[in-house]
Amino acid sequence: MQLSRVARFSLRIVTYFGLAFLYVPLAVVVVLSFNKATSLAWPPRGLGLQWWERAADAEGPRDALWTSVKTALAATGIALVLGTLAAFGIHKYRFFGRNSISFLIVLPIALPGIVTAVALQATFGRVGFDLGFRTVVIAHATFCVVVAFNNVIARLRRMQPNLLEASADLGADGFQTFRYVTFPLVRSALLAGGLLAFALSFDEIVVTTFTSGAGFETLPQWIFNNFSRPNNIPLVNVVATVVMLLSIPMAWLAQRLSDGPASGKV
Amino acid sequence: MVGAPVLTSRSLTRRIAGPFHRVNGLGAVAVLSAPVLWLLVVYIGSLVLLVATAFFKLDSFTQKPTSELTLDNFDRAFTTSVFWSTIFRSIGVAVSVTLVCLALSLPMAYYIAKIAKPRVRRALVVAVVLPLWAGYLVKGYAWRAMLEPGSQFGASASGGFLKSVFGWTPGFGLVGVIITLSYLWLPYMLLPIYAGLDRLPPSLLDAAGDLGARPGRTFTSVIGPLLVPSIAAGSIFTFSLSLGDYIIANIVGGKTQLIGNLIARTLLAPNQPLAAALTLWPIVIVVLYLIAMARLRAFESF
Repeated sequence: MQLSRVARFSLRIVTYFGLAFLYVPLAVVVVLSFNKATSLAWPPRGLGLQWWERAADAEGPRDALWTSVKTALAATGIALVLGTLAAFGIHKYRFFGRNSISFLIVLPIALPGIVTAVALQATFGRVGFDLGFRTVVIAHATFCVVVAFNNVIARLRRMQPNLLEASADLGADGFQTFRYVTFPLVRSALLAGGLLAFALSFDEIVVTTFTSGAGFETLPQWIFNNFSRPNNIPLVNVVATVVMLLSIPMAWLAQRLSDGPASGKV
Repeated sequence: MVGAPVLTSRSLTRRIAGPFHRVNGLGAVAVLSAPVLWLLVVYIGSLVLLVATAFFKLDSFTQKPTSELTLDNFDRAFTTSVFWSTIFRSIGVAVSVTLVCLALSLPMAYYIAKIAKPRVRRALVVAVVLPLWAGYLVKGYAWRAMLEPGSQFGASASGGFLKSVFGWTPGFGLVGVIITLSYLWLPYMLLPIYAGLDRLPPSLLDAAGDLGARPGRTFTSVIGPLLVPSIAAGSIFTFSLSLGDYIIANIVGGKTQLIGNLIARTLLAPNQPLAAALTLWPIVIVVLYLIAMARLRAFESF
């Protein structure tokens, strides 16, 4: 199909407009974190590092960051184990109800966060679990299983089945095949899935709010609780910028490890 | 012979591994029981309990569910006119966000997949994926800075980025919510469409051209129909994620109320049984939407 020069040029303009749409708001927050004034007004009134210094000393965001990291690590650990087991099971065995398991795994992320939140809160209340770290980890692990599962099963589907046959022909038992053949092949998919699960948990706010109880605050919750307090706007700008900066190496690593369209692998 | 010891060994692992091969289904049970039990107990159990909660009457004094059964909560959730208007508004937002994302994604994905040079193409895909990692709340907050209307008095008199650069901002309200949600979910629509176009053999487009189709005709008769599953897949994200969202409405929505706000407010009221009945709205809408998209073969393009 031969598009006219005008058409190609227009498509190019729309593409770069779309990219500007994606990046300008993030850039605005980064610039505002150096703002001297305590408002979201544009342009900033003079630039300085004062709020970065204040943020470095502030306890609220630091505690919240630590809470977020602990929660995300625990949830990721559980999700990786469950997601990997599910992926191996579904990949290897054919049985009745196999499709319902895939559906079961996707459901916690397909339904709106508020539904999951209300449901889990009702359950924890009924069972008598005190809301806190434990309940948040259980909730996060539940909706993180899907990303671990997706990454591992995608890798297993790309794996050559004759590698497993070769391993068996050479006399390896199931465990040896797993240790020397399967595991090394899925290792990077596990890492990519782990990174995605970590990011998903680190980012979550709705389910967290309803399963965390009093005195528990993750970084997204801290941002949410502070963005409307005029005095804390500069701090929120700094914290938001830090979250963005932290995401860049994670995104880079996940991109290199995954089998997605941008991974550069064929 | 190097292989001999392995072949004859009766090691512990081999004795454990044996039955998993011999007994049909034992391996499947061993591997799948943990994840399936977790999801059944924690998630499906919770959903069942959620629906059950909606059958209980609220004690108006203690504001806790009593053991008395009633259908009043469902009655209120599905017949109150204020709720209906909130549901329609939420569906309207979800449809608008899907259309905005589609309108931006189609030309962007086409440019990236079919016009940009291979080196530029990879950079552009990374540029689209990268903002996904920036953090949901950070992005919602960024739009607060963009949309800030400013006020006649006080420190924020001059308004946010849009107001001072373009001289106009929709401010905090329904339009702000639609823009911010479109911003958040744009990559989820763009990536499946890009993948769909990437799979499209160039020879099909050449064939359409050889048969005399102009670009417009090629798009409506060849590209469009082949992209339907990809668009349906992308729309699952843009529609479902927008439908249930209420944090964005809190951040940039001003007084705008969506289904999520309604449920959260009811839950905090606290009226857990009514909140539980209200969650059936998004559940039913999302499940119907998933079924509709499955008929458009959305799940085959994942």
